[in-house]
Amino acid sequence: MKTENQKAWFFVLPVLLLVAFNALIPMMTVVNYSVQETFGDNVFFWQGLDWFQQILRSDRFHAALGRQFMFTFLILIIEVPLGIAIALSMPRSGFWVPVCLVTMALPMLIPWNVVGAMWNIFTLPDIGLLGYFLNHTLGINYDMTQDPIAAWVTIITMDVWHWTSLVVLLSYAGLVSIPDAYYQAAKIDGASNWAVFRFIQLPKMKTVLTIAILLRFMDSFNIYTEPFVLTGGGPGNSTTLLSIDLVKIALGQFDLGPAAAMSLIYFAITLLVSWLFYTVMTKDDQN
Amino acid sequence: MQKRTIVPIVYILFLMLPIYWLVAMSFKTTNEILSGFSLFPQTFTLENYATIFTDPSWYWGYINSIIYVSINTVISVAVALPAAYAFSRYRFLGDKQLFFWLLTNRMAPAAVFALPFFQLYSAVGLFDTHLAVAMAHCLFNIPLAVWILEGFMGGIPKELDETAYVDGYSFPRFFATIFIPSIKAGVGVAAFFCFMFSWVELLLAKTLTAVAAKPIAATMTKTASSAGYELGLLAAAGTLTIIPGAIVIYFVRNYIAKGFAMGRV
Repeated sequence: MKTENQKAWFFVLPVLLLVAFNALIPMMTVVNYSVQETFGDNVFFWQGLDWFQQILRSDRFHAALGRQFMFTFLILIIEVPLGIAIALSMPRSGFWVPVCLVTMALPMLIPWNVVGAMWNIFTLPDIGLLGYFLNHTLGINYDMTQDPIAAWVTIITMDVWHWTSLVVLLSYAGLVSIPDAYYQAAKIDGASNWAVFRFIQLPKMKTVLTIAILLRFMDSFNIYTEPFVLTGGGPGNSTTLLSIDLVKIALGQFDLGPAAAMSLIYFAITLLVSWLFYTVMTKDDQN
Repeated sequence: MQKRTIVPIVYILFLMLPIYWLVAMSFKTTNEILSGFSLFPQTFTLENYATIFTDPSWYWGYINSIIYVSINTVISVAVALPAAYAFSRYRFLGDKQLFFWLLTNRMAPAAVFALPFFQLYSAVGLFDTHLAVAMAHCLFNIPLAVWILEGFMGGIPKELDETAYVDGYSFPRFFATIFIPSIKAGVGVAAFFCFMFSWVELLLAKTLTAVAAKPIAATMTKTASSAGYELGLLAAAGTLTIIPGAIVIYFVRNYIAKGFAMGRV
């Protein structure tokens, strides 16, 4: 049982100050932009909620949001089961464990723009390893700069390549923590592999899986650098995810007001979905 | 047993292919890369690496990155430790709301918040310093560190704290000499995640720096656009960005696997 202690606030204070400095002040600025119009020279006019209305009604925003949800949904349903499956089949002890862990963690440690550039070159039709193989060896017509479907397959594959290991590492850590006694008991009861997974392994992985799924949701929903470097949002607008569109408006057209309004709506959506995930996944712990 | 090991092997091969391609390209001349497909470098060259190690604007990129990533890791873990302790041991006014609010800070779209960040850090006179990037990265690293450490601390029985007080330990002494050593795996995991996310983040790092603290990833984008598209050089620089990370994982690999094991039983 936790004890009630208001002095615990002092322990939290440094974290609070540092995070608030970084979170609240920029947030205030964005809120400020979102209700004003400017023609430069730091002269601002009160605009009210016009930008919010304009964004919420625009087809462009709806299309980008739809692509964003599609992207996040696809990578979650691919990466989470795949990550768990790989973690289950990894060795539990011996020489191969560190080899697996180190090689699997490698993609996560590559700066995001390098990941984008690397996949761009890797998939070029005539000089990239994957692009050359698909086009010249298998005879599949694959060019992600021309074909929207190829572009989607490429950004999804890139994200699976980049982030499945996060799910693997966390699931594996959860699996390693299960004492042998549980497996022995299951064996005596004659439990099937599926039963062992469903009633022993999955519940024990729950805490770490919560971290993995929430992190993957938040990060994929805010993904910017990698798809931007890889496809630039193209061909056409087919891979223009929400944050790419946001930057196009904010820095490309320099419409700070609409961009700020859009990012607040975006933030609210992320917050709402994360809160739903968080509440559902930690529900049992509260009881 | 044999059949099972195929899955990790196939997965690792899949992970290694793009990395192999990057490394192979770093030993090619840009002309060879552009002239057509070749699985291995035909004219093996170390010129790309030589450029990076002799040109200060390149190698300082790495040094800058390492400096701010280290500062960030130290700050994040240091302030997250007491906070995580408070969350795992005590109930206090607004604790659950605060914990969730911390998590929400990973969700702000960095793309648009970059400009306010620039204004904020310019206003306090920290623009283009390592500290600015290190502090800005705290926004998403501290919540994660608190979250991870809280999980580890939750697994340490409260009796440990109580026994220490009965034995006459003061709180700071108990915390430093008994508590932290017993969750050192958790500290390792938290530090690894802070290192990783700070090392790979580019948007804020690029926005908050100009010359003096410019990260390697920003150096790469700039050189790629000004000096044509020098693929060989870019590949070599990219290859070198993997190395510090690989060293860090090598040292924390046991913590990652065994680390989470504690307290989850």
